[in-house]
Amino acid sequence: MTVKIERDQRRFKQIVKGKVRQNLKQFVTQGEMIGRKGKDLVSIPLPQLDLPRFRFGDNGAGGVASGEGEEGQPVGKGGQPQPGQGQAGSDPGDGHLMEVDISLEELAELLGAELELPRIEPRGAASITQQKNKYDTVRHVGPEALRHKKRTYLQALKRQISTGEYRPDDPRIIPIKGDKRYKSWTTIDQPQVNAAVFYLMDVSGSMTDEQKQIVRTEAFWIDAWLASQYDGIETRYIIHDAVAKEVDEHTFYHTRESGGTRISSAYKVCADLIKNHFPPADWNLYVFQFSDGDNWGEDNQQALSILSDSILPAVNLYCYGQVESPYGSGEYLNQLESRFGELDQMVLSEIPDREAIYESIRAFLGKGR
Amino acid sequence: MRSTPNTALPPELAAWQVEIEGFARGHGLDFFPTIFEVVDADELNAIAARGGFPVRYPHWRFGMEYEQLSKSYGHGLSKIYELVINNNPCYAYLMRSNAVVDQKLVMAHVYGHCDFFKQNAWFSKTNRKMMDEMANHGARVRRYMDEVGVEPVEEFIDACLSLEDLIDIHAPFVKRREEKDRYDFQREKEEEPKGPAKFASKGYMDRYVNPRGADGEKTESESKAPEKLPSHPERDVLRFLLEHAPLSAWQADVLTIIRDEAYYFAPQAQTKIMNEGWASYWHSHIMTRQVLTDAEFVCFADHHSGTMASSPTRLNPYKLGIELLRDIEDRWDRGAFGKEFDDCDDHRERQHWDKKLGIGREKIFEVRRIHNDLTFIDEFLTLDFCRRHKMFKFGYNEATEYYEIESRAFPKVKQQLLQNLTNAGRPLIEVVDGNYRNRGELYLTHRYTGVELDLAYARATLDNLQRLWGRPVHIETVLQDARAVISLDGDEYEIDAGEPVENQQGVF
Repeated sequence: MTVKIERDQRRFKQIVKGKVRQNLKQFVTQGEMIGRKGKDLVSIPLPQLDLPRFRFGDNGAGGVASGEGEEGQPVGKGGQPQPGQGQAGSDPGDGHLMEVDISLEELAELLGAELELPRIEPRGAASITQQKNKYDTVRHVGPEALRHKKRTYLQALKRQISTGEYRPDDPRIIPIKGDKRYKSWTTIDQPQVNAAVFYLMDVSGSMTDEQKQIVRTEAFWIDAWLASQYDGIETRYIIHDAVAKEVDEHTFYHTRESGGTRISSAYKVCADLIKNHFPPADWNLYVFQFSDGDNWGEDNQQALSILSDSILPAVNLYCYGQVESPYGSGEYLNQLESRFGELDQMVLSEIPDREAIYESIRAFLGKGR
Repeated sequence: MRSTPNTALPPELAAWQVEIEGFARGHGLDFFPTIFEVVDADELNAIAARGGFPVRYPHWRFGMEYEQLSKSYGHGLSKIYELVINNNPCYAYLMRSNAVVDQKLVMAHVYGHCDFFKQNAWFSKTNRKMMDEMANHGARVRRYMDEVGVEPVEEFIDACLSLEDLIDIHAPFVKRREEKDRYDFQREKEEEPKGPAKFASKGYMDRYVNPRGADGEKTESESKAPEKLPSHPERDVLRFLLEHAPLSAWQADVLTIIRDEAYYFAPQAQTKIMNEGWASYWHSHIMTRQVLTDAEFVCFADHHSGTMASSPTRLNPYKLGIELLRDIEDRWDRGAFGKEFDDCDDHRERQHWDKKLGIGREKIFEVRRIHNDLTFIDEFLTLDFCRRHKMFKFGYNEATEYYEIESRAFPKVKQQLLQNLTNAGRPLIEVVDGNYRNRGELYLTHRYTGVELDLAYARATLDNLQRLWGRPVHIETVLQDARAVISLDGDEYEIDAGEPVENQQGVF
């Protein structure tokens, strides 16, 4: 029997997407998605999807159950799906939908559609394969950490009963070696078209937390979009004040230094990384730089020359986002503009506030490179 | 579109079906022919998402339910064991990946349900060709989607589904009034000639030949005292809408479909405890006495106890049902009922009461024929039973935002349970006026029984009601112990608080 559930599933997803799209700008600019991200899925609260009915509220509701416990003992948290009986009704899964999971990839597609982002044509061949593990089998051997407790117990119980070892009055189940079962995996090869993304950020005193939040939100969506375009992306984070270093993601967003600003230092770290680890022939490279636009004047010459000699020739796209801060002069943008304004692989964007994130993303990714 | 099984049962299962069906008949179960189909988990989830009907009208909600079921199954959180359709023949589904012992358990369980469907009075008016009817509904809805577009139809279904609980679950048994066909124009014509005879006249001369008020004839406004609509409060809100809401032909047909399905499913909600209890009683009886091999016992015990597991905030209908049936069987075997037994207050004597009547089995067959959950609990839930199973009533504590055990007192437990089962757990709502304030507005009342409506849901539901009714809609209910009317006029909600009411907890 074929059950035509696909059509309904498609409609459901369409409706979810419609709702998400309605609120997309808000999702994008508020940065609340970041905390909701699981491995591949983002949970989005969409209470409107539920079909409303006249129903009883929590308030004053109650039910009957059985078990131990004194009067006054809590049995469940409020705000959970309505307990009690008689609610079961005719429909399986009669729950009310509060959150829907949407994959980051779909979300990125929505963003792409909404911002009319062109698809990226990756450079380079699929020269890298990656192996992926899928836990889908049970075996007789394996590491203890992966022991399948229920199967093991069941085996031991069966064995003890069949050999007459089992005593109902003292029902102790002791698994022996042969009873043990372990979860196991199969390995799948996947060819990859890869991209590497470098985030460069000025963490000198003039960049406040608000600016960093903006960077973070923007980077989240940039990642999401690039990830939807490539099989795998590598992300590297570089912070700098007068000196630069590569850091992990958390440090990137949470470091605040007080020194001066030397952008060339970050460029140098970035250029070295590219040279040593990400040959442009195999990688699609993206560099996003965020700063409030202040640089030590004497450094500009050096910075711009590293940029034009070592970075710009290697990358698909170089984006500079100038986050307006109360302290910054915003001068650096002009430097880039006058030197590289015509260049195809460079995008410059000013981001005065959260509202501007949306347009900035469009500017950065709108070239389809 | 008729769905017929295309998956022949594997020989081993086919043999077991014959055997188990024989055992079931041997115990006196009487059911429609039952067709088992082996499906994989994915198909089973898809069928369950559509309420058990592979062929049904298309709607995104089924897609949503499928997503939830398959996600939950994929994470190992839940698994559908049995799915059986009240139809002649009955259809039941077996999950391909299950062990043979599970399939036998499901078969034995299914025959319990099939017997219940056929024999229980509350199912007697359900459509036994629902598989065909659902396919028919599906075809009609698809046709409307072709004609007016997917979205308008689906959105209209959304609105109807939001109101699908507003039916009169006793209507199939009680004729409250004549069915009225809104397109039956004949009827009104016949009713017209009343009152004293008139002089024959040509139409345009009539008002001169037969002046109004002559011969004691009342004027039109006097003779037709403003008719109340409906004449009595009406629980079948869907029917009222069908008869009086400004619906186009396709909309009326879609609402008819939703209403028919709601009536078809209603008895299942009304007999959940009994039906699951009955099926569990029989699977357990047949399996342990006739079918299980020694090797299978552990798996059976595992799955049986999984089915019977209880949770501190939910009464397991399987567990309560089977235990009550066993209790009844035991009491009627021993003669532990009636005045003499009830009057006995010596605990030990009651425990060892045995008149050797041996009519327990007979009794539970009778119970399964005539009761629904509400009357079942009302009649057979006893103090002894309540104590033995450590039942308690829990309620919501606003201060802590937790559900807490409120009482173990038998009358309170029983009363709470009965209240939860009343109207299958849904608020009782009636249409009282279809021409409220003489402006064609719709006025509903919620019969307050101590539990308030969820306000957010009520508003959203009113939205859908207004979509069907087209004019302002109101519902009268009780909020914070005061009578309140929630009104929706266009996009504006208004809550009109009225007089305080006495606490009516427990009046139903």
